[in-house]
Amino acid sequence: MTLLGAGVPAAAAEPSCYSRLRNEWVCLDYLTDRREEIVEATGQHLAITLAAVVLGLALAVPIALLARRVPRLEAGVLGVTTGIYTIPSLALFPLLLPFTGLSATTVVIGLALYALTILVRAILDGLRAVPADVRESATGLGYSESRRLLRVELPLALPVIMAGLRVATVSTVALTTVGALVSYGGLGNLLVTGVAESFRAQILTASVLCVVLAVALDGVLVLAQRALTPWTRG
Amino acid sequence: MDLLTETWDYLSARENWVGDGGLLDLLWQQLLLTGTAMLLAVLLGLPLALWLGHLGRGGFAAINISGVGRAVPTFALLAILVAADWPGSATFGPYGRAGLATLIALTLFALPPIITNAYVAVTEVPAEVKESARGMGMSGAQRFWRAELPLAMPLVVAGIRLALVQVWATATIAALVAGPGLGRVITDGFYRNDYAQGLAGAVVIAVVALCLEIAAGWVQRTAYRGAHLEAPT
Repeated sequence: MTLLGAGVPAAAAEPSCYSRLRNEWVCLDYLTDRREEIVEATGQHLAITLAAVVLGLALAVPIALLARRVPRLEAGVLGVTTGIYTIPSLALFPLLLPFTGLSATTVVIGLALYALTILVRAILDGLRAVPADVRESATGLGYSESRRLLRVELPLALPVIMAGLRVATVSTVALTTVGALVSYGGLGNLLVTGVAESFRAQILTASVLCVVLAVALDGVLVLAQRALTPWTRG
Repeated sequence: MDLLTETWDYLSARENWVGDGGLLDLLWQQLLLTGTAMLLAVLLGLPLALWLGHLGRGGFAAINISGVGRAVPTFALLAILVAADWPGSATFGPYGRAGLATLIALTLFALPPIITNAYVAVTEVPAEVKESARGMGMSGAQRFWRAELPLAMPLVVAGIRLALVQVWATATIAALVAGPGLGRVITDGFYRNDYAQGLAGAVVIAVVALCLEIAAGWVQRTAYRGAHLEAPT
């Protein structure tokens, strides 16, 4: 009897909790049996999210700095990014299709555009909040413009920028699921098959993992912010 | 580009717009869903948030609900509602297949921006204004209606505007669970490898989204003028 678990398939005695007969929401057998599929989807989800946020940040910094330097551009930049943000994700991916095709690139660029909107605004708000006398003191101390930006303004703007980065990251984790439209949706792909087969364990698992991923990445950013702005503690 | 020509052909063909399941039919359905969900969310969330803001209580929940709303994917909630015994994917009057599930999801995702903004709007009315009102002998209700609400109005409207963008986007995503609305034009097109149709649907959805946003922006500016404040860009 000690070998029971090893040799005899449990399914023979009773249908598993994720079989069509039982179709339970919470099912540990599903997690063990489909482990590979779940890990792969989560990995894809994480990769798409990170690529989109990094791309969004890489584009947002120069755009925000340019908009700040040329005030006439600022209203235009904010108008265009807000316009993009208004377009639903399910519609944005098809609109990118003529340029990038059915690929992960379509999803990453689409999500980066949403992240960009949040980040450009956060960077502009953060830099605007730097007190004018601090800026003048830096100039008075002989800081060049670029050195003042890197050494004085950006560090002081960091809390606001990090708050924007957290919002952008958490939203991107959730929006990545919609990439399932072009088959690159990470956990969203599991949601699509889950809905098609009315497969409850899969739907709930994918949903919970999305939220866990968002909370985990948010936590990483909070820790990063503490490490980057030691002067705000205490 | 070939795809773009085909998309144009799809959009300029009259038969794709009229009739059962045509673009106009689905557009009307999605506007109906969006309008109903916005109305429900405003009726449910606004009084509660304004009241909590007036009392200055429940701030933690009122502010963090927005974070929760962001972290839960709309697609995931729709999938859970559709796969559940109730509301399931049953047809719901003019709201179409999975209409009730979609309405519930839309309302839930409209609530966080409305609640957070309305709460913050009332609590951020300057303390001296509140005290002056009290000093003039106004009762709690008078202070709220005459002093707090008019000053809070612009931010309240901004929250409703954010919710509108969110609801329109979620109503589009409902198509991923075979639900109602214009998103179906996109998903149908993609499942049948008819990308021109998918692109055409996306164009219509994006144009309507921009129109709604512009209209909401106009309403918001009017609210700012009503409160004699400078509207932000």
